[in-house]
Amino acid sequence: MTAAIRVEQVFKRFGSVRALNGIDLDIQPGEFFGLLGPNGAGKTTLISALAGLSRPDSGRLAIMGFDVETDYRAARRQLGVVPQELVFDPFFSVRETLENQAGYYGIDPSRQRRAWIDEILDNLDLTSKADANMRTLSGGMKRRVLVAQALVHRPPVIVLDEPTAGVDVELRQTLWQFVRRLNEDGHTIVLTTHYLEEAENLCGRIAMLKAGQVVALDTTPNLLSRFSSHTLRLRTASDKPAQLGMTQELIREKTQERPSGWWTFAFAHFDEIEPLLACIRNAGCMIDELEIGKPDLEDVFVRVMQEQNQEQVRTA
Amino acid sequence: MNHLFLKPSRGFITLFYKEVLRFWKVAAQTVAAPVLTALLYLLIFSHVLASHVEVHGVPYTAFLVPGLVMMSVLQNAFANTSSSLIQSKVTGNLVFVLLPPISHNEFFAAYVLASVARGLVVGAGVLVVTTWFGALSYAAPLWILAFAVMGGAIMGTLGMIAGIWAEKYDQLAAFQNFLILPLTFLSGVFYSIASLPPFWQQVSHWNPVFYMIDGFRYGFFGVSDISPWVSFLVGLLCLVILSFITLNTLKRGYKLRA
Repeated sequence: MTAAIRVEQVFKRFGSVRALNGIDLDIQPGEFFGLLGPNGAGKTTLISALAGLSRPDSGRLAIMGFDVETDYRAARRQLGVVPQELVFDPFFSVRETLENQAGYYGIDPSRQRRAWIDEILDNLDLTSKADANMRTLSGGMKRRVLVAQALVHRPPVIVLDEPTAGVDVELRQTLWQFVRRLNEDGHTIVLTTHYLEEAENLCGRIAMLKAGQVVALDTTPNLLSRFSSHTLRLRTASDKPAQLGMTQELIREKTQERPSGWWTFAFAHFDEIEPLLACIRNAGCMIDELEIGKPDLEDVFVRVMQEQNQEQVRTA
Repeated sequence: MNHLFLKPSRGFITLFYKEVLRFWKVAAQTVAAPVLTALLYLLIFSHVLASHVEVHGVPYTAFLVPGLVMMSVLQNAFANTSSSLIQSKVTGNLVFVLLPPISHNEFFAAYVLASVARGLVVGAGVLVVTTWFGALSYAAPLWILAFAVMGGAIMGTLGMIAGIWAEKYDQLAAFQNFLILPLTFLSGVFYSIASLPPFWQQVSHWNPVFYMIDGFRYGFFGVSDISPWVSFLVGLLCLVILSFITLNTLKRGYKLRA
């Protein structure tokens, strides 16, 4: 099957900075894919290279099998990009903006084009603003227009570069509902975001970038199980769990939150909880409060980035 | 390129239309203001000099009108491409025309033709409001049209180079004030170079805008400092060189596609 996005050994330098350092990536059609990383990791540079806004020094990028350099017209028709910056053309209304954008992609004015633009406006709650000048819209509304512009030529692959940065909760929900529906309809979605909870909820697969390299790439559940763990938080009468007869093997990872008296234990499987609680019970210690926490992408992200930092220190 | 000439693509047509609409939506600033400026020049110069000067056997006011029309065509064609590009770069909305499947040839043609359109609209406006100041003749209308279109295309192309190169408004203003303004003012808009000392006559021959003004004026009066054919060839050469530079710049993505 032709990959929705194929990135092969892509390098890009800006002066002495290696923005992309040998990226290899395959994203399959219909995936909801997350591209995560700290600022300066190379996410936006990679998106720019895919969109033809930036030219890699070497390597190959293709969208739905079309090379972004040698077959750029076909490649760009396959791709819709929602840029990170809140940009707009102040001379035009929302409808004019969308009609212009459709025209740039070679779509002739027709009843179908108008109907599709009306449908997008309706789906993004923009119908009442269709004839308003872009300057008069709020930030959230402008963000919606950016999404509409990316969809106007019905691309099979949609890239959203931090689409919810600075967006209120209501719009965020509306946007994700809409994007989820697009994904269910078969569109490939690539998302970059600093809101890791969003990525965790939406993305089936995630790549983490650091210093222009892919440092982790897996399905979201696999990443969570590989790099993160469940946590058991409890508060006991004693503040020294080691004295409760717990062995080092039992306590895989613990932290103490002073002065609250809370202890946090990390565990991979639920069957590890019972021996831990048994130790406390056998020591005759009372548990005042207890909570179980799920693994989250933030842990994974922090862990992966820390490992990379240590790796860099070792190789330096 | 062939594709463009055989059947203009929808992308090219839309970009051209958008660029025309962009200046038309603010016509008070982009059309009416330069027409008023040209009218003020004419009022002042004709009041001061009309009774004293005759050039090529033509009253000074009549001589001045084609020069002012052409100056307006040139300056506004330059302003259209340069201001559109710098605004789009600074505000970031250039991304909307860089993302779609528009070739660098189509991009170039759309911006330059829109600048020619603005030049012609402003030029026509200046001609209309100044026409009763001097008895104009139209000795060779095809030359008028040819020089107006070519002059607009040259300055539109130069505006593209300036718009691509400049990263800030003050850089563009420097380009405009230190290159375009001297080139247009010292090109024979207000005088015939025959009235200049020999040294300055020689200097004027190195100014391509002089050929545009002189050839354009030939279209009205049938007299000029230089043969219109020579002026046309000089203009054509300038257009070819500037187009080559601009197309090459766009193809490489210089300052547009990092």
